[in-house]
Amino acid sequence: MTERLRVHVDPDKCQGHARCKALAPELFELDEYGNAHEAGDGTVPPGLEDKAWLAKSNCPEIAIDVIEE
Amino acid sequence: MRLLPPQVLSANTSLKGFEMSDVSQPAAHPPVTDWVHDFDHTDPQWTEDPFPIWEELRAASPVVHTERFLGCYMPTTYEAVREIANDSEHFSSRRIIVRDVRPEVARNAAPPITSDPPVHKPAKQLLLPPFTPDAMKKLEPRMRAICNELIDGFIADGKVDAAARYSKYIPVQAIAHMLGIPEGDSDLFINWIHMILELGIKDESKLLQAVQEMSAYFRTHIEERRTKPTDDLISYLMNAKDKEGNPLEESHVLGSLRLLLIAGIDTTWSAIGSSLWHLAKTPADRERLIAEPGLIPTAVEELLRAYSPVTMAREVVKETTISGCPVKAGNMVLLSFPAANRDPRMFPDADKVVIDRRENRHAAFGLGIHRCVGSNLARMEMQVALEEWLKRIPNFALDPAGTVTWSQGTVRGPRQLPFLLGKAM
Repeated sequence: MTERLRVHVDPDKCQGHARCKALAPELFELDEYGNAHEAGDGTVPPGLEDKAWLAKSNCPEIAIDVIEE
Repeated sequence: MRLLPPQVLSANTSLKGFEMSDVSQPAAHPPVTDWVHDFDHTDPQWTEDPFPIWEELRAASPVVHTERFLGCYMPTTYEAVREIANDSEHFSSRRIIVRDVRPEVARNAAPPITSDPPVHKPAKQLLLPPFTPDAMKKLEPRMRAICNELIDGFIADGKVDAAARYSKYIPVQAIAHMLGIPEGDSDLFINWIHMILELGIKDESKLLQAVQEMSAYFRTHIEERRTKPTDDLISYLMNAKDKEGNPLEESHVLGSLRLLLIAGIDTTWSAIGSSLWHLAKTPADRERLIAEPGLIPTAVEELLRAYSPVTMAREVVKETTISGCPVKAGNMVLLSFPAANRDPRMFPDADKVVIDRRENRHAAFGLGIHRCVGSNLARMEMQVALEEWLKRIPNFALDPAGTVTWSQGTVRGPRQLPFLLGKAM
């Protein structure tokens, strides 16, 4: 069984702690203020699933969703 | 007609109280015998070992109250701290330090930390670009050099006060470098911070004196830059424009500069010191980080959680309920991120340092809109400080002949940290 994951950052909740960028740099990008958004459409390439969950579980603002598709 | 912004109103209404308390003298606080109903974060017991106290308070209620400091609440759980941090409607940041008196708010305003919405966001956004992770990467080589210069100064001695000779000077020199002020003025900055954050809790005259001296210091540097612009944070703020395209008022520039200097120094000094203190007494963690340096960033997060230095404050401006507990306007709130980070309902084994903790939503840099502007700087400084120290001093221990002392009040960290190094152990 293979499931595809997608990450999404809620821009209203993100306060720029940048934990996601430190833990999963492939999946997140920061803007000029240091606030995060998902890279591209948020699709998690195979092999990076752990990093997606790690980013979610370290976001102090609970701003990251990992969607199982 | 435009209504006056709330800061102006509050400044006026609190003016009378201010005049009466303007000449306040430092008052000795009676020792605490009932922590749940009479807590005091300046009590020597709290300074020395706050963790059992927080546990006792948490067991009693999610929100406790003291009559000290003209009335003050403290949320004791992570959840209650989060609720308050995210509620700027009922909890204002116009006063962010719990003191014996309530100084006039306008006098030491330091936007954005003392700002509420809607003024807060533009003031914060102004400060964010120079502090992104990418900006910090550019500073990293200078930080490594600073750490090694400091180590060069004491490594041959076989012993050192690591708080006085190492952890203190790393953030001072980093922020001086960013602001573009002489790194050699470090001891001046450290004294102002001591006056504001420690002495100023009980003696308002010290607070006001330090604020005036800092403003005068920065005015001199601003004047110099009018004829000779520089590539540093002072020039950056002088040239910054508000939403309407106007330059910032001088009071805003000075307030933000004071904030950057104060917030950037004894906080990270404390965090680096606590981390080294932990590693000095925990050889297993030390050896693991030497064997697996890639684990240091994860360890830094855990050390930030377990020994969070910064306790903030809010002022209740509208009655509300937090975690089922009523809170009344006019009281201060001691917003203890360090206590939140020890809440076992949020962190399994909260009182243990788990150096490879994977899930860690710690609140050491605050939660919500007031998240620390300098968090990326602090993290970089901590990582570099630990990496360089462990590379050159893999073996160290607390010196049994010395005493570790901790700062009092708003920022907690070791101020004396006597170590034996290497072969002297």
